[in-house]
Amino acid sequence: MKKLLIALLFAPLLAFAAGATVHLDKWPGSIKDQAALQHGAKLFVNYCLNCHSASFMRYSKLMDLGLTEQQVKDDYMYTADKIGSLMQVASRHDEQKVWFGVMPPDLTVVARARGEAGSPYIGADWLYTYLRSFYRDDNRPTGWNNVVFENVGMPFPLWQLQGQQTLNHETHKLELPAAGQMSTEEYDKAVSDLVGFMVWMSEPQQEFRHRLGWYVLAFLLVLLVPAYLLKKNYWKDVH
Amino acid sequence: MAAGNFEKYKSDGSLGGNLMEWFDARFPATSMWKAHLSEYYAPKNFNFWYFFGSLALLVLVIQIVTGIFLTMHYKPDAAINSAGVPAAFASVEYIMRDVPGGWIIRYMHSTGASAFFIVVYLHMFRGLLYGSYRKPRELTWLFGIGIFLVLMGEAFFGYLLPWGQLSYWGAQVIVNMFGAIPFVGNDLSILIRGDYVVSDATLNRFFSFHVIALPLVLVGLVAAHVLALHETGSNNPDGIEIKANKDENGIPRDGIPFHPYYTVKDIVGVVVFLMVFSAVLFFAPEGGGYFLETPNFYPADTLKTPPHIAPVWYFTPYYSILRAMVWNFFGLEAKFWGVIAMGASVVIFAFLPWLDRSPVKSIRYRGPITKVMITLFVICFFILGYLGTLPPSPAGELISQVCSVFYFAFFLGMPWWSRMDKFKPVPDRLTMK
Repeated sequence: MKKLLIALLFAPLLAFAAGATVHLDKWPGSIKDQAALQHGAKLFVNYCLNCHSASFMRYSKLMDLGLTEQQVKDDYMYTADKIGSLMQVASRHDEQKVWFGVMPPDLTVVARARGEAGSPYIGADWLYTYLRSFYRDDNRPTGWNNVVFENVGMPFPLWQLQGQQTLNHETHKLELPAAGQMSTEEYDKAVSDLVGFMVWMSEPQQEFRHRLGWYVLAFLLVLLVPAYLLKKNYWKDVH
Repeated sequence: MAAGNFEKYKSDGSLGGNLMEWFDARFPATSMWKAHLSEYYAPKNFNFWYFFGSLALLVLVIQIVTGIFLTMHYKPDAAINSAGVPAAFASVEYIMRDVPGGWIIRYMHSTGASAFFIVVYLHMFRGLLYGSYRKPRELTWLFGIGIFLVLMGEAFFGYLLPWGQLSYWGAQVIVNMFGAIPFVGNDLSILIRGDYVVSDATLNRFFSFHVIALPLVLVGLVAAHVLALHETGSNNPDGIEIKANKDENGIPRDGIPFHPYYTVKDIVGVVVFLMVFSAVLFFAPEGGGYFLETPNFYPADTLKTPPHIAPVWYFTPYYSILRAMVWNFFGLEAKFWGVIAMGASVVIFAFLPWLDRSPVKSIRYRGPITKVMITLFVICFFILGYLGTLPPSPAGELISQVCSVFYFAFFLGMPWWSRMDKFKPVPDRLTMK
């Protein structure tokens, strides 16, 4: 009886376990790869930070990626002069709104925002797929469209790197008639690095959080021993 | 409870003893300590389910302490800052990045919110299993329901504060529900918002409710809940009164002093709880996207309604019941009846002491009908909760209607099914198993 009821209790969970979403390519990178993060940061300040801000992020935080203050100042800071400045953009928001139809969103936490209930870490996959899915579309004011984000207001700033993809309307597949400055493999790696940086930037202390977590759990595990023995000792007379 | 008239503390002549005597002559320190801890006799057979009361108290303390520190850095301000982001949203990220240790405080608070509901739901489920709400503990149960309602309000108000997309649109949806009430609804929702839409005025008043009004009520209700419990004494997994069998000193034979027995036992529970809590906090603070919903990492945008607005998981069973109501009755629209059904689904818990007509309290001595009904109820509660996180669908609607009907049938049919069951004889003394 009891077993049957318990089995019944968990049966509905199985029925709902599966769910379908748009196909996203898996982000192949890792936020433990410091060289990749540095490269991603460089792509970010060169290609993204002109329209998008990362306004919760300070340049000085880039030093956590193994960079010196001088390196950050020389290679990463174009619009700010103080290392403690936030990563703001020079563009005016009201003008951007006229240019693109919407204000380009702040990208500091976008990797987290693109997650989904049940899989909050899918944001990286989304960004990785999105940045490789732009194609030429003359019906759009910017000349660009995107398979993952249909009719997106954003033009494609990385087109010189990837080349100009087109959408084959019969196979619904993207094609690359002429490569850009990078081969497909090189471009995928660059996007992976860029996404890695955005994942790292969305919560720069996440590595530290994991490390601290193990210490806290270890401490609690040790604390459990005297706590349990104390209880056992006090309770030895209770029958 | 043992007699209330305790003797006052007598000094042994030491400085500490003299101080204690002076203090105790002016304040009921010793008598309170005895009445609520060292001479509060609790049944000796509390099991796993009895950890969640003290754990709820622990989570309350976590929420208050972390909340105090968050309030030092958080800004309830919907104005757009120079970077184009609302100041409230930016201040949360400021806490996460620039305030030393801010991220851990914030994650403790956000994880604590979900943990609070988990322990409270388990605590309430314990009541259901062992009939803890039955006479003479009805008032303890009612204070508990009061705590549950205030907690829901506290969670709702607090959820607006990060000023993300779901904060904003979730509040918009919930406040609009009040608009479904005939005649006064529209004015009522304007009164709640302080504006025609959710705005800075709403954010400020919700902040005020969240950090002072409701916590005050909550703490008062918790005190009343514990005082009422200590007046009647605790129930136990056997559902029998330990006070019915006292020794020559008037102490229940099956009772043990709460302190030190249950204080040392609860420490073990606390450590285990903190391990689970820390595992979430340090390794999955988003709680799989259910504790921190991912669209809430977008700042509130008054012009962009998210494609799917889901309440936080602890509200979703009731939200499903709201959505399941699709029929117009008596010339009133379905939305109104949905709100009524949702409100009823929460408030109905308060009537349990009078709905349950079983001759025995504990599930241990009740038969298959009770066990099946409670199991089905839990299944329905989970299904409703899960469906509430999903966008509406025809299949989901039908399933949620079936589950909603059972949800209410469980309560409204209880006076009958709780009496029809087969019962086992209840022992005179507690069983240790």
